[in-house]
Amino acid sequence: MSNIKLHDSQIRQIKDICASYGNKPGELINVLHTTQGVFGYLPEEVQREIAKNLNIPVAKVYGVVTFYSFFTMKPKGEHAISLCLGTACYVRGAEGVLDELKKQLGIEVGQVTPDGKFSLDCLRCVGACGLAPVVLIGDKVYGRLDPSKVKEILANYR
Amino acid sequence: MVQVKMHLLVCGGTGCRASESKRLVDELNAQLQANGLADEVKVVITGCFGFCEKGPIVKVIPDNTFYTKVKPEDAEEIVKEHVLKGRKVTRLLYEDPETKTHVSDSKHMEFYQKQVRIALRNCGFIDPENIEEYIVRDGYAALGKVLAMTPAEAIDIVKKSGLRGRGGAGFPTGLKWEIASKNKADQKYVVCNADEGDPGAFMDRSILEGDPNSIVEAMAICGYCIGATKGLIYIRAEYPLAIKRLQVAIGQAREFGLLGNNMLGSDFNFDIELRYGAGAFVCGEETALIHSMEGKRGEPTIKPPFPAEAGFLGKPSNVNNVETFANIPAIFLKGWEWFSSIGTEKSKGTKVFALAGKINNVGLIEVPMGTTLREVIFEIGGGIKGGKKFKAVQTGGPSGGCLTEAHLDTPIDYDNLIAAGSMMGSGGMIVMDEDDCMVSVAKFYLDFIVGESCGKCAPCRIGNKRMHETLEKICQGKGTMEDLDYLDNLSKVIKDTALCGLGQTSPNPVLSTMQYFRDEYLAHVIDKKCPAGRCKALKSYVINADKCMGCTLCAKNCPVSAITGDKKVPHVIDQAKCIKCGTCYEKCKFGAIEIR
Repeated sequence: MSNIKLHDSQIRQIKDICASYGNKPGELINVLHTTQGVFGYLPEEVQREIAKNLNIPVAKVYGVVTFYSFFTMKPKGEHAISLCLGTACYVRGAEGVLDELKKQLGIEVGQVTPDGKFSLDCLRCVGACGLAPVVLIGDKVYGRLDPSKVKEILANYR
Repeated sequence: MVQVKMHLLVCGGTGCRASESKRLVDELNAQLQANGLADEVKVVITGCFGFCEKGPIVKVIPDNTFYTKVKPEDAEEIVKEHVLKGRKVTRLLYEDPETKTHVSDSKHMEFYQKQVRIALRNCGFIDPENIEEYIVRDGYAALGKVLAMTPAEAIDIVKKSGLRGRGGAGFPTGLKWEIASKNKADQKYVVCNADEGDPGAFMDRSILEGDPNSIVEAMAICGYCIGATKGLIYIRAEYPLAIKRLQVAIGQAREFGLLGNNMLGSDFNFDIELRYGAGAFVCGEETALIHSMEGKRGEPTIKPPFPAEAGFLGKPSNVNNVETFANIPAIFLKGWEWFSSIGTEKSKGTKVFALAGKINNVGLIEVPMGTTLREVIFEIGGGIKGGKKFKAVQTGGPSGGCLTEAHLDTPIDYDNLIAAGSMMGSGGMIVMDEDDCMVSVAKFYLDFIVGESCGKCAPCRIGNKRMHETLEKICQGKGTMEDLDYLDNLSKVIKDTALCGLGQTSPNPVLSTMQYFRDEYLAHVIDKKCPAGRCKALKSYVINADKCMGCTLCAKNCPVSAITGDKKVPHVIDQAKCIKCGTCYEKCKFGAIEIR
């Protein structure tokens, strides 16, 4: 168990979210979506609270959280960087962009920079294939990239 | 009342929004306002026009002028020249790559001439957030027609139309509805599968963003036919814009009495809810999708029982894909005879494809079944980017295969693609050129499958992992001939024994590339070479002494000091030190660095 202690207000927040879905176990995925929207991630303590409210085993909550790539148990960086590794981006050179991102940030996929500013993830197709290769920083889409543009883009966020 | 004389349609699809189409709309409105034209000219944000390569697109109605790559700064010129003075802004018109002339309007663009738009009939024409625009284009008229028939009569029309599931497998839609209608239960469900997970596919997203009302209408029609009062749309959480537009469409339909109780004055009740995916490719499989909607892990289960017997919460459920539903209203409006007159003997109607990869016109297209791959890639798609040579086209996503030049004249339909070793899939079509290594492509898909396998059955969980490792070994130049036999055998075992569609089709990219590009595998295994120069471990950078001017630029930039040589004397790369980063190749101004 990690050493996060939830505040009473946070426990209440989780309770309210679960109640808004009628505390139904069938609504687990919606509950997790909303909770992650509020907390940014789903640490173990949060999962325990959800399990309590929906009256299901924690293992079930954990099973669902770890099954779906959208849910994360680790906090993301202030600027979450997602590189599209869909086929269209792949054949147009996304791997080179990824290597450059790793080099510039000094982290691997799935990690956060020590200052908490950037996190790096890969995702499968945002559907902007006309702009391939594509990188998302937060909600902003950067298209038609090549490794030489990476440094300049990151500079906007540093 | 001032009559609107002109419409400026601006694409608001995900691709064009990423290129600032939202700011363009604001700028156009500001310019119209400044010139006192705000009442006469209306700016409409539409769904995808399909021509994503040259986005953002602005189309002027009524004259169909088609402006490409429009920036917010261009708004002033469009308003002052085109709107006020009736003079087209030539520099923004589409330029035909062959004739180098500007094309005045969309009707004269080869990209659109070969297309037949049924599922995409409203995309790029209407404001997707305004149900009235849908209704003006005969929206909900099909539902009105169906409610005047018996469910059996309506199902018969879908059956006769010959429509087959557009999600990939091609199961006859009318038959699916009939089975669901015959199963008795106190509650049934209509499920729309909008979990478009194929990397490189964006057909369903574009339909939902461009014409969400057609899906709402089609689901209501399906509900009436099979006797369901509840509809569920399972949509990826990664599609925020599509989600928003569906919510708007459902809300407006309720207001207009087109969802809810006693629809259109009948005694039929129907309503729709959204369910969100959370990033799992396997959830496109219908049993997995249903488990996910129930709040569980999206693991597939063995069929039978089929969802039509025991689906969502154990009740009979009919699952169709977005594009399948998008065809339904058109079939009822224009008749099954019309629909079945389009296409080939066993595949009726049209198919939407997301064209992507090394092709000039990346975008969304819809063509009649039976159109050849050559027409799609070289006429509509405008050929290969940068004048390179066509190598392969991948259809069907991670479940499909790679087809070659020899297949270019094959008419596209469900059966032909399967016979050629690929499959229709949901409609992703990735074009590859001479620079793509087919072994790496197969590895790429396997990498995807390994990441997305749910882990429930051993053939998929372990078998694909072993396949991936073997491909990695080959790409590293450590492969043997036995590895090729091993891949072949393992592929067959996985196909025969995996639990669900994902596993059963996962070896397809490997099998098809091994069949059609065997020489490339052999080059990797025997000669330890990657003919496309993609596999890092197998390429070496060499300086051509005849071209090298001894400028020292490469030596200065080499991160590991592997390049040596005196000024004005040809340099040499120490292969033992070289890490194959390619920096010298990029920096050399004389083309003296060669990849071998």
